[in-house]
Amino acid sequence: MRLGAWVSLCLSALLATPVLSIVFVALQPSGEVWSHLINTTLPGYVYNTIILSIGVGFIAVLLGTSTAWLVTMCSFPGVRYFNFLLLLPLAMPSYVVAYAYTDFLEYAGPLQTFLRHLCDWTHPTDYWFPDIRGLGGGIIVMSFVLYPYVYLLARAAFLEQSVNVLEVSRVLGRGVLGTFLKVSLPSARPAIVVGVSLVLMETLNDYGTVDFFAIPTMTFGLIDVWFGMNNVAGAAQIASSLLVFVILLIVIENFSRRRQRFYQQSSTRFSNLPNYQLKGWSAFFALATCLFPIIIGFIVPAVVLSVLSVKYFSVSWTSEFRILVANSLVLSMSASLIVLLIALFLAYCRRIYPDAMLSSIIKIASMGYAMPGAVLAIGILLPLGAFDNFIDSLSREWFGLSTGLIFSGTFFAVLFAYIVRFLTIAMGQIESSLGKISSSMDMASKALGYSSYRGFWRHHFPLIRGGAIVALIIVFVDCMKELPATLILRPFNFNTLAVHVYHYASDEMLGEAALGCMFIVAVGLLPVLLLSWMLTKSRKINDTV
Amino acid sequence: MSQSIPKIILLSLCVSLTLNCFGKEVNVYSYRKPHLIKPLFDKFTQNTGIEVNTVFAQKGMLERLRNEGRNSPADLIFTVDIGRISDFKEAGLTQPVNSDILLNNIPQNFRDPENYWFGLTSRARIIVVSKDRIRAGEEILSYEDLADPRWRGRVCTRQGKHPYMVALTASVIAEHGTDGAKNWLMGLKNNLARKPQGNDRAQVKAIFSGLCDVAVINHYYMAKMLVDEEQTEWANSVRIIFPNQMDRGTHMNVSGVSLTKYAPNPDAAIKLMEFLSSSEGQSLYAERNGEYPVKKGINPQDLVASWGGFKQDDLGLSRIARLRERAIRLADEVKYNE
Repeated sequence: MRLGAWVSLCLSALLATPVLSIVFVALQPSGEVWSHLINTTLPGYVYNTIILSIGVGFIAVLLGTSTAWLVTMCSFPGVRYFNFLLLLPLAMPSYVVAYAYTDFLEYAGPLQTFLRHLCDWTHPTDYWFPDIRGLGGGIIVMSFVLYPYVYLLARAAFLEQSVNVLEVSRVLGRGVLGTFLKVSLPSARPAIVVGVSLVLMETLNDYGTVDFFAIPTMTFGLIDVWFGMNNVAGAAQIASSLLVFVILLIVIENFSRRRQRFYQQSSTRFSNLPNYQLKGWSAFFALATCLFPIIIGFIVPAVVLSVLSVKYFSVSWTSEFRILVANSLVLSMSASLIVLLIALFLAYCRRIYPDAMLSSIIKIASMGYAMPGAVLAIGILLPLGAFDNFIDSLSREWFGLSTGLIFSGTFFAVLFAYIVRFLTIAMGQIESSLGKISSSMDMASKALGYSSYRGFWRHHFPLIRGGAIVALIIVFVDCMKELPATLILRPFNFNTLAVHVYHYASDEMLGEAALGCMFIVAVGLLPVLLLSWMLTKSRKINDTV
Repeated sequence: MSQSIPKIILLSLCVSLTLNCFGKEVNVYSYRKPHLIKPLFDKFTQNTGIEVNTVFAQKGMLERLRNEGRNSPADLIFTVDIGRISDFKEAGLTQPVNSDILLNNIPQNFRDPENYWFGLTSRARIIVVSKDRIRAGEEILSYEDLADPRWRGRVCTRQGKHPYMVALTASVIAEHGTDGAKNWLMGLKNNLARKPQGNDRAQVKAIFSGLCDVAVINHYYMAKMLVDEEQTEWANSVRIIFPNQMDRGTHMNVSGVSLTKYAPNPDAAIKLMEFLSSSEGQSLYAERNGEYPVKKGINPQDLVASWGGFKQDDLGLSRIARLRERAIRLADEVKYNE
């Protein structure tokens, strides 16, 4: 094997240690916690988890795919702005949206109070109003915050689609809708699947929202077993069974498209995509379709938070605040760049050294995303602590010196968590882009005398730049929002915006938290806008290619 | 990447070395929210020149300390309920502190018999009722009354497995046995106006808005809400009841502190513990957070003091800690959260 193959093997093995650590913990005896759970709450956990996943997954695909296709292939009023407006909900942490909606919709909130004034109701039994704190509310909040994953990936896939194929479909008599359903959609399927699997994993690992909405899911139960019953092994076992669930999903998906391969010729992607001019009702529907998710996923919560930020501005705007913003920015930027580089490296290695072992180790490493952040943090504490203490005891023995903790409780631990947690996002995106480049490109590159390494940067990278940018955006924004792993692993006296928001919001002091939320959103928005602009540009004809 | 990783390693090394070598500091792992405790630490630093470094987290601190092992930089653990702090003792992660100052300042029922942990403040689990909808005559007098069918559809609580609720259930188990407590919890569940949710403030808000008439909360939330611009009217809509004054007394919990087993700065850490138990520290706690000081002779905040003295349940906190798992199982068995 070549050096690259070895390096990629070692790197992915390193990244797989947190997941393997959790599996290791799960192998410890957990007492009779399972029989207790099965007899009491487990059926409820499983039911809620399944309904939540199906609901969120379905709505996210519907919203993400339809809006992506509309803004990529059609022309209607405002389409240029929807390109990036549709990304806005991505910048919203879902637990924050949950707080905001609860504040807005609950019995004491402005909407119901207004309705009561309007209709002279005085008591909750006078009328019926849906309770946002529940399974339905959870599905709505999570799907409208998470659909941008599907949107981004589907849009990148539509942008990379070969115009020739679409034209052939039209020439052969398919209508706009038919071309979408029979040609565009199937060829974008790998990307959409990656998107929805991200959505599902995010749904499975969520604790903030389900806790706030009191939806007892598997993750909810896991945290209960861990902290309530002080049973780490039991918690790790639930986490591992969540992983099995995810593996099952991936296997089914891979199996269902085992005979499909989608390549496209690089030259055609630089000609213009079709641009259907929508007029009248169809334009109105397109507009409404794109506006709806933005209103629910972004505008309503943003307005609620803005009102609160203004009201509580004087108590929130402190000197500490600028430091928090800088902390979050620097940490998220470095983490997302590292994640992107690792993902490019691993994805390309997997392409040029098709090796079953490498593939399966990478798969294990990317499972980190499906784990609740707090559990993943334990998976990181364990190997890091063991490593640090091992080095320390060696050094004490040989030199009589203590090295103390080298990695535990440092930024490295936090960065490591981000990398493990978000690698799968970047990997999924890069691989679905790389997969579209025909292997004849590799051969041509070789024939021209390029090494694998130089050939990648010269020939492959320009073609997948759009995908790489998307990966960078999502990982960056996710790092900005990351909470549970940061909380547990961070060094002394180090806060991020997300941690700051959590301190207050979890204490039902949404007012004090609002400004922080707005900053997470604003800081997350800048790169989203910038990169979305670059993504559109990546389609434009480029002199260097 | 090839450049940044070595840099990070070097940086981490420096950080950990400075943490190890620097003497004038105390490192704190805290379950307590920073905005509640930072002013006390600042005062301590001002008095002694010793810096206090903190990491706050509610989940995973125990695992972090365990995995860091003997090289952990942490000196002190701060928690907000009895269950958590006894977990640390049971896991063998803390050590006893023999300080006459601590023993003098903190009464016996608020500290570990073997001095592994010390309570710093105490809080009462009180009942609040709607001033408008519940007349003074028909009042609830005990936790047991919460399960009385005449309150059907009128009670709000937080989730059944939250540490505060668990500790209360554990105290009921100690009084009535597991079966008695199960009946009580079932009766309480049947009386709920809505699925258990939200924190203590949210329960008061629910009474204010007419969703329910009775709720169980920690007393200091009332003090905080009464001085909050928006929440004053919520707090003003309820009346405070100290339950079980005719029998065992009101259920109490503590926020506490422990010295870690491998504390690198034990002297400074014990100084901080002693400061927090001193008259100055205790008054600051009472003033800032509205909690009850544990030190005798220190008065609670004026507002809290105005609610009057009351009989406290003197059930040992370590007993509550031991009954915790059983309480959680009861919550599962009666499906309290569903």
